[in-house]
Amino acid sequence: MTQPMGTILAMVLLLGVLGFAVARPWNLPEAVLAVPAAGVVVALGVVEPGRAFSEISTLLPVVAFLAAVLVLSHLCHAEGLFAAAGALMARGAGGSPQRLLVLLFGVASVVTAVLSLDATVVLLTPVVLATATRAGMRPKPYVYATTHLANSASVLMPISNLTNLLALTASGLSFARFTALMALPWVGIVAVEYLVFRRFFASELSLGGDRPLPRGSDPQRVSAVTTAFVCATLAGFVLAALLGVPPAWAAAAGALIVGVRALARRQTTAASLLAAANLPFCLFVLALGVLVLGVTDSGLGAQLARIVPTGTSLPALLGIATLAAVVANLLNNLPAVLLLTPLALAAGGPVACLAVLIGVNVGPNLTYVGSLATLLWRRVLREHDTGVSVGEFSRLGAWSVPAALVVGTSLLWISALMLGE
Amino acid sequence: MDVLVWIAEGTWQACVEAVALHVPPGSAVTFLHVAEPAPRELARGAGSGLLGAPRRRSRDRVVPETDLAEQLGRELLERAAGRVGAPVSLLQRRGRVEREVVAEAAGKDLLILARDGDRRRLGPRSLAPATRFVLDHAPCTTLLVWPEPAPHLSSIPPPPAHPPQRPS
Repeated sequence: MTQPMGTILAMVLLLGVLGFAVARPWNLPEAVLAVPAAGVVVALGVVEPGRAFSEISTLLPVVAFLAAVLVLSHLCHAEGLFAAAGALMARGAGGSPQRLLVLLFGVASVVTAVLSLDATVVLLTPVVLATATRAGMRPKPYVYATTHLANSASVLMPISNLTNLLALTASGLSFARFTALMALPWVGIVAVEYLVFRRFFASELSLGGDRPLPRGSDPQRVSAVTTAFVCATLAGFVLAALLGVPPAWAAAAGALIVGVRALARRQTTAASLLAAANLPFCLFVLALGVLVLGVTDSGLGAQLARIVPTGTSLPALLGIATLAAVVANLLNNLPAVLLLTPLALAAGGPVACLAVLIGVNVGPNLTYVGSLATLLWRRVLREHDTGVSVGEFSRLGAWSVPAALVVGTSLLWISALMLGE
Repeated sequence: MDVLVWIAEGTWQACVEAVALHVPPGSAVTFLHVAEPAPRELARGAGSGLLGAPRRRSRDRVVPETDLAEQLGRELLERAAGRVGAPVSLLQRRGRVEREVVAEAAGKDLLILARDGDRRRLGPRSLAPATRFVLDHAPCTTLLVWPEPAPHLSSIPPPPAHPPQRPS
């Protein structure tokens, strides 16, 4: 197949696969279209089989890690750790809405970074909604906080966000180096979000809750042994990452130990563990990697490369992050990261790739269509005609996103200078 | 006298106190709580769009089966009712808070509500948008209370040094 034809085919397939992933007709898994599409791209020679194979083998450990973390989140949930965190936050807040916000920012940032943004959205958000409402506080600032932090606090580790996983292999960075470079930006971005929230929700946060020890929020007793295992696993994979051992091993070992224990205590079933690992989704990620090769290997990159700033100076990094945020809002965060990472790598090396990630992870908070999640969200809102105000969402984003982008990218630049490139 | 009291998280105590202070004995008092769907829908929307999540299950996980906001609203109303000696009727609504309150206030003699905005200084910002709407559109007499002692008069900014000049 000729080069331009191949590019067009890969583009069409990629867009089709992403569209399918958004619409999920008949609730089919994303992989149903993605895997055959990847097969077509290889069969027609747009991507050489050898290239596809090496891409899959590079992505495989990362995807295994993703599955282990998904299982671990599920186990934390089954063990009641999220409910316990909610009760602890309520107690720690002692009826003060501001203190609850501080605690929530801490918990949500760490959960997002370590257990991925899915855990924050699916497992932490309902707990937060219940905690704030039970404590007699207006829950809106807290629910906004988890949805915002699920995006913006997901810059720390490769595992925190699918965008990071996709960029990690392309950037050539190790897990540990990625995390080390992103630590400072992560802290800065969370701090910016916090300051914006304190200002934006000043009146909601000034209304004291009236139930410092909310009735009925005491969770089931959490096993200290399981909690210790979970914490040891989380510490273990962070440590493994920093020591250069593939952290997937630590995550897998931890998930195995905690999982067997939970099975023995009948807290979960083998079927729900398997469902939590979400193997079709892992296949989808692998197939997506191959499809993207088909697009990036072609001539399309050269066209776009002209608008990507070159170098790793602060203005260049700011330009890349802004461009990534704009593309993430115009298209979506996944296509944005797939499109821009190879270009950024050519223009400014791994640090420029990280600037892309700051853009695509922080950017989606600006508009409803910023990410796949928010695209669907808008549809859900239209279905239900709820009181969620698009204006309020956008105003909050207009305050937090530009500031978080600038602060996060500047701190990335400083990190890169300090740690050497 | 037919009185409606808007019971909301964070400010309801002040409204209940106002009933004891300002409502004549023998009045018909109704406590109203409106469950706001926005935060719940925010949580629901964020969860339903995640890649890889089996849609229906994830939605059920994100949105609790029973509507906690309504359940807790009922608890709040019961607690507020326990604070007054006389019998009161309790009313729960769901939807856009400001519209529901205004609709329920129609035909009443008095609506009691509290300031819930930025209450560090006297001024228009001491009303949050929903409360502002209710106050502006209330179809009956209203009693607007401070949840805590009102700020000092000095919190009002001084008038401009030079009054605006009319173009001659």
